[in-house]
This record gives sequence, structure tokens and C-alpha cells, in this order.
Amino acid sequence: MATKAIVGEKVGMTQIWDDQHRAIPVTVVRVAPVRIVQIKAAGTEGYAALQVTWGFRRSSTLTKPERGHYDKAGVDPGRRLVELRIDDVGAYQVGQELTADLLQAGELVDAIAVSKGKGFAGGMKRHNFKGLGASHGTHKKHRAPGSIGACATPSRVFKGTRMAGRMGGQQVTTLNLEIVRADPERELVLVKGAVPGPRGGMVVLRDAVKAPLLKGGKTQ
Amino acid sequence: MNPTDIIDRDSLRDDIPEFRPGDTVKVHVRVVEGTRQRVQVFQGAVIRRQGTGARETFTVRKVSFGVGVERTFPVHSPVIARTEVVSLGNVRRAKLYYLRDLHGKAAKIKERRTARP
Repeated sequence: MATKAIVGEKVGMTQIWDDQHRAIPVTVVRVAPVRIVQIKAAGTEGYAALQVTWGFRRSSTLTKPERGHYDKAGVDPGRRLVELRIDDVGAYQVGQELTADLLQAGELVDAIAVSKGKGFAGGMKRHNFKGLGASHGTHKKHRAPGSIGACATPSRVFKGTRMAGRMGGQQVTTLNLEIVRADPERELVLVKGAVPGPRGGMVVLRDAVKAPLLKGGKTQ
Repeated sequence: MNPTDIIDRDSLRDDIPEFRPGDTVKVHVRVVEGTRQRVQVFQGAVIRRQGTGARETFTVRKVSFGVGVERTFPVHSPVIARTEVVSLGNVRRAKLYYLRDLHGKAAKIKERRTARP
């Protein structure tokens, strides 16, 4: 599992130039300082995680249990509470602040976010089906999925057969994205490539759990 | 203003002359050959400008030994050592793709006259 993680907000994508004058596509993630509200440990809760919040929220908008939870930690209420699952929570304390300098340029991270909702999508968009022919007599069936099974045997459609349906709006993890720049002063992190979700969406960045091995069996 | 402008501001150049489609420009391109670096000049007519901010690009077309050559450069690319405007063109379109089908005198762009200061 990950050794460190932080939560941010997707700002959008742009490009920057590297030292060899190449254009690098980057996603800008705003990583405001996050405050640890609760530490969950394997001994008590059964798993290790940091419960954090960021930003600010009027305490009058909280429910009483929420207010009690923040008061117990002695932390100002934030936008929402998020759990960051990490291996070892021993080095962290309630009330501690984590900022963008947790991440360094060149590091590999995973980005976890809820993808953009696509609504009720057909088989071509949802499962990359090829559809039927554009011509040769195809009539009103250009984007149809084709056959979904055999006939009298089994005389039913197998469970899990890929068909049209709701697409997107699910948690997606993109593995092994490179940190191009971390700027704690401006509270920004630039991640190479695309990060799931809409602009303004919440993104969890954690250090890569499946980083490719370098020569000598080392990661990074 | 886009939210990502905060990042783009760092990569924008401020030494770019004003030019538009139809103008003839000399683009001084940094070329790396092995360890050596030199500057190559690409001169031709701007046939398109596209995009905004750090992602804006322009395309220069020239005819080299009878073959049309087009190169697209990001306006703010650090590969470009210098951009020079050679002459101004008088055109009625933003995208001059029709030049690809013309050659010789027909492909010549009328010069834009500006009022004397």
C-alpha cells in the first residue's frame, strides 16, 4: 500500500516546456494544506488511514456529531472529510498539516478520482465495441452491439454480458503518473498526463503502489 | 481567464512580435545536432494561427525547390530563438489553406499598406 497520500482539487490541464524544449502535458492539481482529523490504526479500526480535511467551512453548517468530531481533534472544520489509506500512520499526529511539499518532482504517484459521468452510454462508447458496418446494407444498426448470446441453448443471456448502460461517475485510479513540479508556495502540483474527473473534482494523490521496477529491482 | 493561467504565465514569452496570417516571417529555430546547437531560419508566409495562451501555434508555409513545406510552431516555444516579421500581407481570411492549391504568381500575397505614422 501507499506510504503517503494527499488530497487536492483538479484545476485543469495545460502544457509546460521541459529542459529539452519539449511540451509536457500536465494536469494542475491544487493541493491546499490538509489537516489530520483522525488517525485510524490497524489495532483499533482494523486498518491504517488518515482522516483529513482541507479548506474551510462555517461551523454553523455542520451537524452536531460532525462538530463534536472536529472539536475532539481540535481542528477547524473543512470542506469534507476524506480518508487516505496508508501503510504506517505512526509518524502522523492529529492536527498535523500536510502540504504539497509531501511530493517531489520526478516521483511517481497514482491519482484517484471519480470520473466524469457519461450517462446511459452505448456499447461502442462503454466497452469499445466496433459496431456494425457503415455500409453494405446495414440499416439503422450502425452502433448496435451485435449478438449478445446463442439461441435455445442456453436460452438466456449470461450474467455480466457487456451491454449499454450507465458509464462514468465511478472511482478511477490512474497509475504511475509522474510529478513534474510541486509548488507548496502556490499550493499547486503538476502531474504529467491526465487525471480522472472534472475540473474542480477531488483527486487523491498517493505514491505509486505499482511503480515499474528499474534495473536492479529498485523502484524509482 | 482560465484557472490554469497561473501556470501558463510562467511559460509565456514576451518577445514575440505582432504578426497575423498573410504576413511573411523568419523563424529562427534552435536545432540540436548531437552536442552542437545551431540556429536554422525558416522563412515563409503565416497561413494560420490557432489556439490561445501557452498552447497557441502558428503555421508557416514556404515553397522549397518546388515542394510546399509547412511547419507548425508553438508561439511560445523555447525552440524558437527569435521571430522576425519580414513583410505584412493583405489577406481576407484567417486560414490561408487556399495557398496550397496555388503556385507561382497566384500564390503571392498582396502586401498590406499601413498608414504612415
